Amino acid sequence: MIKVLSNNNKWQGALYSLVLVIIIWQALSWLLKLPIIPSPFAVLINIIQIFAAKMEIHLLYSLGRIVGGIVLSIMLGVPLGFLMGYFKRVDKVLSPLVYFTYPVPKIALLPIIMLLFGLGEASKLIMIVLIIIFQIIITSRDAVKGIPQEIFRSLQSLGANRLQIFKEVIIPASMADVLTATRLALGTAVSILFFTETFGTQYGMGYFIMDAWMRVNYLDMYAGIIILSLMGFCLFTVIDITEKHISSWR
Amino acid sequence: MIEIKDLVVKYRRKNEETLALDKININIGTGDIYTFIGPSGCGKSTLLHVLSGILRNYTGSVRIDGRAIDPKTQRIGLILQNYGLLPWKNVYHNTMLGVKIKNDQQVMDDYGRYILQQLGIESLLDRYPKELSGGQQQRVAIARAFILKPDLLLMDEPFSALDAISREELQDLFLKIWKENNVTTAFITHSVDEALYLGSKIVVFSPAPGRILEVVDNPCFQLDNLRFRDEYYDMCMNLRKILDKG
Repeated sequence: MIKVLSNNNKWQGALYSLVLVIIIWQALSWLLKLPIIPSPFAVLINIIQIFAAKMEIHLLYSLGRIVGGIVLSIMLGVPLGFLMGYFKRVDKVLSPLVYFTYPVPKIALLPIIMLLFGLGEASKLIMIVLIIIFQIIITSRDAVKGIPQEIFRSLQSLGANRLQIFKEVIIPASMADVLTATRLALGTAVSILFFTETFGTQYGMGYFIMDAWMRVNYLDMYAGIIILSLMGFCLFTVIDITEKHISSWR
Repeated sequence: MIEIKDLVVKYRRKNEETLALDKININIGTGDIYTFIGPSGCGKSTLLHVLSGILRNYTGSVRIDGRAIDPKTQRIGLILQNYGLLPWKNVYHNTMLGVKIKNDQQVMDDYGRYILQQLGIESLLDRYPKELSGGQQQRVAIARAFILKPDLLLMDEPFSALDAISREELQDLFLKIWKENNVTTAFITHSVDEALYLGSKIVVFSPAPGRILEVVDNPCFQLDNLRFRDEYYDMCMNLRKILDKG
């Protein structure tokens, strides 16, 4: 009962803030009467009119890139983090490397990535992975390190092999933390996605928004921003729900 | 039968070597239950870690039924003070963990259900450990150990974190199930009362480094209304004297 109530509250809160944003936006549009701030309702109508014909393909590209980036980051980062958390020697070798590269602003590496991997999909994917993967590596390593010794002892005394220890202990103990890290990294990942889509491609929400801007089509530009934000919000929500489901034991 | 011969365990900390167990010699007969008592830090738990195959860095010989310790081939039930349950598994999956790892058994059999019923946790199967009291968690840990049908049961102060009432309740329940299964058991405790109540023989340890001071036959074992009898008080005095001398 309490859970349902708090969920309802959350949705109510989201609705209120949405209404508030629309009111402020509408007020600004009336007050300033500038073409760069169209009415939110005009933008909404524009989305309905052009979404299927003009935006869908761009959304699918962006969604593909970011989901691909997340999946790849988890597939590479989680095993690496597990190895670092489980084997002290691996941690000793890799930790300094991770700590050294973690604070480097990854976006500054973009020119190098582009020189090495070209302007195509690979560069975009690598940029997203570079943003997300460090948090995933560090979180999964710390999650493994945080598992109490008694739990390992119980499994050892049962004669469990490494594979069983990974399956029964390490993966379930750390999955929730990994998803939290992914959710937190998602915001930055969407920004990077936008940035990488402004060159070397004719598809993606980043391209769509910048293209509308160049054509001075502000209605389309706002439509793009809203759809990109919605995409981020949906991904955020999906990860959030999965996380809650997985960590119901907490 | 567990045969421990000249067992010596040393811990290495930086450049210092600490002797944890010094020349332990003892045999535990099949189907016996031995309680180990001694001051804290005397190496009782270290002995249990050796027997459970967790600690392999020792000298001397430790054999279970004539074979060296190997948790992969032997069935060892380990019950720890803080239960050692997996917080992300519910009661059902926690109790199944042993047989799942040992036999790849996925579904509870009749014996498993019987043990759950004996321990009174058959209605808690969907709960997660955090939703259980300490006593209930320890029942789950005991169920997990017995469902495994172990060759050897190792218990490291399993009831010491519980309140007095749950403790005595669980001691009785444990003895009842133990009698039906007659598993060779090493039970570590720091309570004289518990050592007398649960041990057919009582092994008294010296303060660190752990040595065996005496192995005492326990005439009180399995007597009815033990805690109201004179023998119980005599034995309590006797054990305390040996402990004080150490």
